[in-house]
Amino acid sequence: MLTRKKFLGHFYTAITAFAALLIILIIAIILFDIFRGGLAKLSWEFLTSPPREGMTAGGIFPAIYGTFLLVILMSIVGLPFGLITAIYLSEYTTSQNRFARMVRFAVSNLASVPSIVFGLFGLGFFVQFVGAGLDSVLAPKDEVIWGKPALIWAAATLALLTLPVVIVAVEEALRSVPIEYREASHALGATKWQTIWHTVLPNAVSGILTGAILAVSRGAGEVAPLLFTGAAFFLPKLPNSLDDQFMHLGYHLYVMATQSVNVELTLPIQYATTLVLLFLTFVLNLTAILIRYRFRKKFAP
Amino acid sequence: MDTYTKTAHLLRAEWLDRIMRVLIVAVASVALSIIFLIFIFTFKEAKDVFFDADTRHEVLPTLFSTTWQPVSDNPKYGIVPLLIGTLKTTLIAMVIAVPIGVLAALYTSCFAPAWLREVIKPAAEVLAGFPSVVIGFFALFVLADVLQALTHAEVRLNALVGGVAISLTAIPIIFTISEDALSAVPKSIQEASYGLGATRWETAFYITLPAAYPGIFAASLLGFGRAIGETLIVLMATGNAPISSWTLTDSVRTLTATIGAEMAEVVFGDPHYSVLFLISTVLFLSAFILNSVAEFYIKARLMKKFKGE
Repeated sequence: MLTRKKFLGHFYTAITAFAALLIILIIAIILFDIFRGGLAKLSWEFLTSPPREGMTAGGIFPAIYGTFLLVILMSIVGLPFGLITAIYLSEYTTSQNRFARMVRFAVSNLASVPSIVFGLFGLGFFVQFVGAGLDSVLAPKDEVIWGKPALIWAAATLALLTLPVVIVAVEEALRSVPIEYREASHALGATKWQTIWHTVLPNAVSGILTGAILAVSRGAGEVAPLLFTGAAFFLPKLPNSLDDQFMHLGYHLYVMATQSVNVELTLPIQYATTLVLLFLTFVLNLTAILIRYRFRKKFAP
Repeated sequence: MDTYTKTAHLLRAEWLDRIMRVLIVAVASVALSIIFLIFIFTFKEAKDVFFDADTRHEVLPTLFSTTWQPVSDNPKYGIVPLLIGTLKTTLIAMVIAVPIGVLAALYTSCFAPAWLREVIKPAAEVLAGFPSVVIGFFALFVLADVLQALTHAEVRLNALVGGVAISLTAIPIIFTISEDALSAVPKSIQEASYGLGATRWETAFYITLPAAYPGIFAASLLGFGRAIGETLIVLMATGNAPISSWTLTDSVRTLTATIGAEMAEVVFGDPHYSVLFLISTVLFLSAFILNSVAEFYIKARLMKKFKGE
């Protein structure tokens, strides 16, 4: 009886261990495949030159440029917004407050909205409502400047999509700053805002950074929200204005993978593009995760 | 003290404090309103299906049929094959992701040595950070071949490929939330179990796992929501044919893929356009409901249980 129980114990433990190792295995297989397929094509020229000959040769520079521009704009729009909401949730309210609970519930639901729905919202709200509205006030008659898919609308859509990521990470960072720091600051006569600005925020910088990096990493990889808000498959010149369309690594990959006529010729380019995109998000993510682990230790009892 | 007057410096600090308070509450209110804006602006474009006589006459008679042919002389807007497509890929993904996610969480929380825990948890976060277009690419060029060799499916891109690929995005969500729930089970319960002579695995499977059930249920719901909303993977790896069949190796077209593939080509304000926004409204509402139920489960059930209220 005892041996059977022991056997069952080993068996059950092994199953759970296998499941856990599977997660690492999945990552290893995907990384291995994409490195193997993409490394040969990767070169300085590939990273710095535009596509040529109908995407069958040349590099992906405009897509890299567009992706960077997009996430920078997204951060400018989204980070202050997320940071302030997190400050509200952490500093200005208690968990019993009804309004705060509503904000929290809304943010958690925002995180669960499918990204393609954000894409349609970007189209319906930013492009056709805000953009067309701006045009009717600012633009010369019958001219469309803002009421069409553009860099700024894609960035704004992504900013909303990544908002919950920022809020959750920053709130965690703010909450982990010990309450004694705040009390000491108040005792010295500082106002609430002075306490936040001079004491809480400086002590939560690395946590805030985590939130920012996670948001950028998430934003850099999302394609569905860009489908109708501003991404273009090929543009002869780089975007230089907020109302321009732009090329994007993920979108580039999606179109090449699904609509390429000559797969044999473009597959190495696709692999190399995937490698660049994965490298970008992977490095960002890992950095954020490592900063957070160190930060959690800082205030750990 | 009677001569005490506030200096200009102090006054300014107090004013700044008041202004910042108003500003911060205002920004939080905007954050709150976004979720409503999303619903309003997607439903606004979908409402013609119900409230505009011409659109209604064109769409409603075929809306629940099994033919999705929006671009033809005699357009049919049957969403049944799309619903079946979403259900098929999602259920396949869940059948794979729930056991793997939960068992891996159980291992991490109850059996793994500390150093391994520090590897598996960040690893799951890294997997969650893979862009879905990358997983879609992997599914399209690698997974599809592997699965075709295994199943001898007639079509290379089908529901099974999509479902397996989606499970890769659902696993980290289910894992992370389940692991949180399992780790939140009070040590005293486990110690009581050891005290009664139970072994480590008996405690893990018969005590810790059932105690964390509400959290695991919520994790599965959130994974389910993620799977329903997944777009790029299904767009790339399922073949995109709107077929009403329950065969796992047939091509499918999901709700999300339909929007992704067709939105760029529709005429604004046209019935087809309204139906795509209607699909988007349906996706929004299902995500909202799943998330709300999950929240309720995590908050109400789990917390009560452990706080002994």
